[in-house]
Amino acid sequence: MAPAVDTLRLTAEEAIGLVERGELSPAELHGAYLEAIAERNDELHAYLRTVGAGEGASIPIAIKDVISTRGVETTAGSKILSGYVPVFDSTVAARCKEAGLTLLGKTNTDEFAMGSSTENSAWGPSRNPWDPMLVPGGSGGGTAAAVSAGMAPWGLGSDTGGSIKQPSALCGNVGLRPTYGTVSRYGVVAFASSLDQVGPVAKTVRDVALLYSIIAGRDPRDSTTVELPELVLLPKDERLDGLRIGVPSQVASLDAIEPGVRAAFEHALRLAEELGAVVDECDLPLSYRYGMPCYYLIAPAEASSNLARYDGVRYGPRTDAATYREMVERTRDQGFGAEPKRRIMIGTYALSAGYYDAFYGQAQKVRTLLIREHREALTHVDVIASPTSPTVAFPIGDKAADPLAMYACDVLTIPSNLAGLPGLSIPCGLSEGLPVGLQLVGPQFGENTLFRAGHALEQAIGFDTVPLRWRE
Amino acid sequence: MNWEPVIGLEIHVQLKTRTKMFCRCPAGFGAGENTQTCPVCLGFPGALPVVNRTAVEWTILLGLALGCEIPGRAVFSRKNYFYPDLPKGYQISQYDLPSCVYGNIVLPTADGDRVIGIVRAHLEEDAAKTVHVGGRTGRIGGADISLVDYNRGGTPLVEVVTAPDVRSADEAKRVLQLLRQTIVELGISDAEMEKGTLRVDANVSVRPVGSDELRTRTEIKNMNSFNFIARGIEAEVERQIAVWERGGEVLQETYDFDAAHGTLTARRAKEEADDYRYFPEPDLVPVEPTSELVERLRSELPELPAARIRRLEAELDLERAVVLVTGGLDRLWSETVHAGAERVAAANVIANNVVGAGVDPGAISAEELAKLVIARERIPRAAFDEAISNLGDPAFSAEPYVAQEAVSDTAELGPIVDRVIEASPDQVEAFRNGKEGLLGFFVGQVMKETEGQANPRVVSELVRVKLAG
Repeated sequence: MAPAVDTLRLTAEEAIGLVERGELSPAELHGAYLEAIAERNDELHAYLRTVGAGEGASIPIAIKDVISTRGVETTAGSKILSGYVPVFDSTVAARCKEAGLTLLGKTNTDEFAMGSSTENSAWGPSRNPWDPMLVPGGSGGGTAAAVSAGMAPWGLGSDTGGSIKQPSALCGNVGLRPTYGTVSRYGVVAFASSLDQVGPVAKTVRDVALLYSIIAGRDPRDSTTVELPELVLLPKDERLDGLRIGVPSQVASLDAIEPGVRAAFEHALRLAEELGAVVDECDLPLSYRYGMPCYYLIAPAEASSNLARYDGVRYGPRTDAATYREMVERTRDQGFGAEPKRRIMIGTYALSAGYYDAFYGQAQKVRTLLIREHREALTHVDVIASPTSPTVAFPIGDKAADPLAMYACDVLTIPSNLAGLPGLSIPCGLSEGLPVGLQLVGPQFGENTLFRAGHALEQAIGFDTVPLRWRE
Repeated sequence: MNWEPVIGLEIHVQLKTRTKMFCRCPAGFGAGENTQTCPVCLGFPGALPVVNRTAVEWTILLGLALGCEIPGRAVFSRKNYFYPDLPKGYQISQYDLPSCVYGNIVLPTADGDRVIGIVRAHLEEDAAKTVHVGGRTGRIGGADISLVDYNRGGTPLVEVVTAPDVRSADEAKRVLQLLRQTIVELGISDAEMEKGTLRVDANVSVRPVGSDELRTRTEIKNMNSFNFIARGIEAEVERQIAVWERGGEVLQETYDFDAAHGTLTARRAKEEADDYRYFPEPDLVPVEPTSELVERLRSELPELPAARIRRLEAELDLERAVVLVTGGLDRLWSETVHAGAERVAAANVIANNVVGAGVDPGAISAEELAKLVIARERIPRAAFDEAISNLGDPAFSAEPYVAQEAVSDTAELGPIVDRVIEASPDQVEAFRNGKEGLLGFFVGQVMKETEGQANPRVVSELVRVKLAG
């Protein structure tokens, strides 16, 4: 029997329409995605595990494996959580359930969301649907690959340094990293608490906005969340009249940006002007100069503390030993991969007595400056635009042995993440046959502005989200 | 050389909030092991803390009772270390920005007020309870099995830190008694040392009298009663003086006090210094109490024990005032006096007889107690004692007891006194050689002979006359 629908093209909004109009039963819809998974997941390894459609199945969703799902194993891509089945739902998973969404499965991630390629997953890398020899980006490469390959209409990722935006760019999806504090982190396996933020990945800006409206809003279980100051609006406008778009001058001079990426980005800016936007230069000198070092102190410092709970005492595998200390050491040595170990060591060092002021304390001061610098820039422009990633998808293995090269993947996403600002990545064209992402950064709680701009540009760009090799 | 102890106290108070510090698990005692737990207090992946508002308010309340400043912004930090009683691998505790700073405990003494500075009072979560089975020391190293009960993990704890202003073991004890009573009256903790809801560590050093130097201090832990604290400090002060006097050097060490032997045992020195890698807890926002809240809490403060001691001192005397107030007995005393009992007699009966009988002062009718106090010299000792032990009974009436009369007839009591004197030649000789304290012995013997029916005042007179004769 042929699949009831072509999930490669189906948007979440369309899927909801099919079900609402009774043209497709929820079980048939779910089944279509499971078929797509059966067909493509062996090659792409986007999902670590899938869940059968149970009673009350509805619109399916893929959820990154750092997000706790009650009764469904959640490993955060790490051996140290293998076999760990949460007894509680994360708030975002619970909100998806309440909204009638059904879990398709848990998607691959770099271990504890630490990475930009999913190569750091303890369960092996995911592959890019556009070319399986390439990475899908990371850490949320699993969700991005699943959406791109029609294995899910949409999904949830988490973004600390760029883990939603960068894989969305590399796989040709739309991804939102929301304003820090708008989406609950309760039940999300913590990497760097002051940066982690859950967000949606989908094929269209409207789908992303819809999923954002489902998961966002204050959660009494997460003290850092706030009520949204305004309702989420599904964008309709196709004009950008009066929108002021700022391009940081630092982006213009960044050599790391590939020529093809720059060309697609500049093409998108010209389209924006045609839609009525005003494109101007803006200035974020400190953010681009100090963003990376600042991030690589704060994130590992928080990670070193967040990962301390994995000691083999209460859950997860335990490596037995003669003494408590030895047991903890062996459990952690065998449970953690190289990247978490590296960050635990960097972070422990940065927080140590005598080094705190020079490293973690200093990084927090720098972060305050970056917040101020972004706020100042956003008084002159409505959104800040740049490519999402300096490069298109790169071959598996290319950067795996060079942590610094891997870290550089996030050079464009990190600055606004440190500032706590929302960032939307939309596909803006191809370079060498691979998707290029456009990042739009807005002010705090400026998601509606991003959706409106992103939607209008999306219509003008007309990007086909189906990977070239699968087009008829 | 004369030496002066320099003592600072760290007091941990477990708050009796209904729920834990950062989750909604019940915070009470007595439930089965690991039944009062949830993903938050077990440190499950992704679980997040939420501050218990009541715990914050109670901390501020205690701070205000101790005359502290309440900063507009307090910040929780993470104190990182590995131990199985710490499920997250860190303890959430206020660090550089605590809820309360710069207060004092005013200790009324015969020579005026002693003011003991409070450096800070901060809020934190308690660790879980561990039991190490097997091995020699009851510590984790060498234990065969370590068991963890996470029920206690995450219960709210206030740590009060005093300045090194305490100058003797006895003063430490009195400061702690006063602080404990303040805490109990605020209704924020049971503050019972035996149960561990009040825990005290003492930092002790000594210096030559007249000097203002601060020498190396040691820390004493594991003292679970006020008397043990006094003994522990005393033992450590003596040890340090001895070390300095023989030309030695006091080392910065931590000692456990062994109550059974009255000895101090040094903990094994750690190989490396602690580095807790404190940093602000990113899962919580700062606690910013409004001035309205602080003023509301301030207005809720009852009259505090130190003030009441001063007030009672004027009506009674300092020693009795301290005993009554720190024993939580002064209200009963006031009411008993108000009901007609004489002040000192009422104080003595309450502080000695009532406390000795273990009767809950809150359950006593002051009216009935006053009748007993007034009649106590007239009625038989046995009747009085029985009445006291029954005071807590809600239906208690003094009538049947005060209706009785003690035997005051010297004709009846004389022969009994003679018999007692005859049977105790050694005591008689000692008494006549000046050991007047033995009077009580003779009176006691007569009371025993008469099964508590004799009037002790009359007996005492009789004994005195007969022994003098």
